[in-house]
Amino acid sequence: MLAIQVLINALVLGCLYACIAIGFSLVWGVLNVINLIHGSFIVLGAYLAWGAYNSLGLSPWYALLIAAPAFFVFGYLLQRLLLNRVITAPVLVTLTLTFGLDLILNNAMIYYFKADYRKLILNPPTGSISIFDVVVPVDRLIATASALALTFLLYLLLRRSKVGRAIVAVRLDRDAAVLMGVDVKSIYATAFGLGAALAGCAGVLMALIFPISPLTSSAYLGKAFVVCVLGGLGSVSGALAGGLLLALVEGVGSVYLGPAHAVTLSFVLLIIFLVVRPQGLLGRKGFE
Amino acid sequence: MTRTNIALLVLIAFVAALPLFGDAYALRLGTMACMYAIFALSWNIVGGFAGYPSFATAAFFGLGAYTTGILMNKGVPLTLSLLGSLVLCLVLAAALGAVLLRLRGHYFAIASLSLVEVFRELVNNATDLTGGGMGLNIPLVSGSSVLSDATFFFYAMWGLLLITALVVIAVSMSKLGFGLNCIRQNETASNMVGLNSTLYKAVAFGLSACFVGAAGGLYAAWVHYIDPSDVFDILYSVKPIVMALMGGLGSPLGVVCGAFVYLGLEEVVWRNYIQIHSGVLGVLIILLLLFLPHGLISLHAGKVWRGLFGRKAKHV
Repeated sequence: MLAIQVLINALVLGCLYACIAIGFSLVWGVLNVINLIHGSFIVLGAYLAWGAYNSLGLSPWYALLIAAPAFFVFGYLLQRLLLNRVITAPVLVTLTLTFGLDLILNNAMIYYFKADYRKLILNPPTGSISIFDVVVPVDRLIATASALALTFLLYLLLRRSKVGRAIVAVRLDRDAAVLMGVDVKSIYATAFGLGAALAGCAGVLMALIFPISPLTSSAYLGKAFVVCVLGGLGSVSGALAGGLLLALVEGVGSVYLGPAHAVTLSFVLLIIFLVVRPQGLLGRKGFE
Repeated sequence: MTRTNIALLVLIAFVAALPLFGDAYALRLGTMACMYAIFALSWNIVGGFAGYPSFATAAFFGLGAYTTGILMNKGVPLTLSLLGSLVLCLVLAAALGAVLLRLRGHYFAIASLSLVEVFRELVNNATDLTGGGMGLNIPLVSGSSVLSDATFFFYAMWGLLLITALVVIAVSMSKLGFGLNCIRQNETASNMVGLNSTLYKAVAFGLSACFVGAAGGLYAAWVHYIDPSDVFDILYSVKPIVMALMGGLGSPLGVVCGAFVYLGLEEVVWRNYIQIHSGVLGVLIILLLLFLPHGLISLHAGKVWRGLFGRKAKHV
C-alpha cells in the first residue's frame, strides 16, 4: 500500500511542480532569460489568494481570475521597461538583473506581510477521500486538477492561437520570425507576461496546500529550476514529465532516506541531468 | 607588473594602516572589506577572466568555514585548520570544476548555484559532525582583549587578501591567464589551437574557490559561531558579482575598488534602513546594470553622459 500511496502523492505533487515550472520554462525558452523573480511571483500569488479569501471572502477560483490578468500586466510592463534593455547582454547581466528585481519584490513582501508563515484555511474544510487505504485530501486533488487545466490551457494557447504560434516561432528561430513579420519585442513581453501570470496562478493553487511566507520563494524557484532541467526547456509536456519525475524521486527518496535528504537528492538529480543530458527528457539541444 | 597591478598593491597596502586610526568598529569594517575583496578577486578568476557566470562563492565560503570550525573543535591550531580549508576547497573545486565547467551559460550558472544548496543540505544533515541547524561553536583563538582580537583577525584577513591579490596578478600575467582570456573569447577556437581548456578551467575554478574557503575559515574563527543558513547564504554568491560589475569586470584593481565601494554602500544602508536593506541592494543592482554596465573603472564624464542618455549602452 505504501508504494501506491507514494505513487499517488507523486502524481499529485508532480502536476503542481509542473504548474510551478511551466511559466519559468516558457520565459527561459523564449527569452533565454533565467527569471529569478519567479519564486516571488508564486508567493505573491499565494498572498493574493489568501488576502482575497480572508478580507473579501472570495474563493481561490475567483482569485485565479484576478491573478491571471494582474500578473500578466505586471510581467508585460516589467519586461518592456527593464528586462528589454539588457535582453541581448550576456547571461551574467540578465541573471543579476532578475536577481535584483527579486530582492526588491521579496523584501517588499517581507516588509508588508512579515516573514511569518500563514495558511489559507477553507471554511468549511474539504476533507479527504480514501480509496482502499490510500488517502488523498480533496483540496489537494482540486489544486492538482486546476494545475493540469492551466497547463493544458497554455498548451492550447501555444498551439492554436496566433500569439502562441508567434511565441513558438520566436523560440525556434528568432531571426526567421522577424523576417516573417513577428514583432519580437512584443512577443518577448507577452511571453514574460504569460510566465508571470502562470506563476501567479500557481501561487493561488499553492496557497490551498502549503503555508505561505516570503521565505518560501527560493524553494519554489529551486523546484522550477530542477523541473525545467529535467524536462527540457520551453515545452509543456517536458515540464509535466520533469515535474512527475522530480516528485517521484523526492517521494521515493523520503521513504528510503528520510525527508531531510529530499532537497539534496533533487539537486544531485539536477547535476546528473545537467552533465549527462542537459537538454532534458523531452527538450532539444541548442538553448543555453 | 603593469601600472594597475601596482596601484592595486598600493591600495591594499593603504588598507593595512587602518588600525592606526581605528577602534573596534573600524577594524570590523576593515576585516569585512578585506573579506569582500577576497571574494571579488577570487570570483574574478572564473567570472572575469574565463567569463563563466559562477554562483558558487557561497558554497566554498561555507565549506571553508565548516572545515576550519570542525578542525579547530578537534584541537587543530588555527593556521593548520585554515590550510586544511584552503587545500580541501582547492582540490574539491578543481574536481567539481572539471565536470561542471563543461556546462556553459545558464546551465553552468544553475549548476554552481545548486552547489550551494547541496552543501548546505549536507552540512544541515550531518548533525554529528556539524551540529546541523543548531550551528557550530568555535573555540576562541587568543582569549585576550577585544581590541587585540579584532586587530589579529584584521591582519589575518588582510594577509590573505594580499596573498590572493598576488596570486591573481600572477595568474593574469601567466599563460594560465592568457588561456582563460582565450576561453572567454572563443572556447571552441581555443580548443582547436590545442589549449587544454578543461585543465585550465579546473585550475581556475580551484583557485577561485581556495581563497574563498580560507576566508570562510577565518570568518568562522573570527565570529566564533556559524550555522548553515549564515555561511551558505546565497547573497555571498551574488555580492562578489555585484562588486565585480561595480568595479569593472576582469580588472583586479577594479573589482577590489568595487568591493570597497560596495561595502561602504552596504554599511550605510544597514545602519539606516535595516528593514529594507535587501530591497535597496536590489535597486542598486538594477541601476548599476542599466546605467553603469562597465563599472566604476569606466567612469569618465563623457562616458557617464553617454551611458545615461546615449541611445544604447554597450554591455560586457
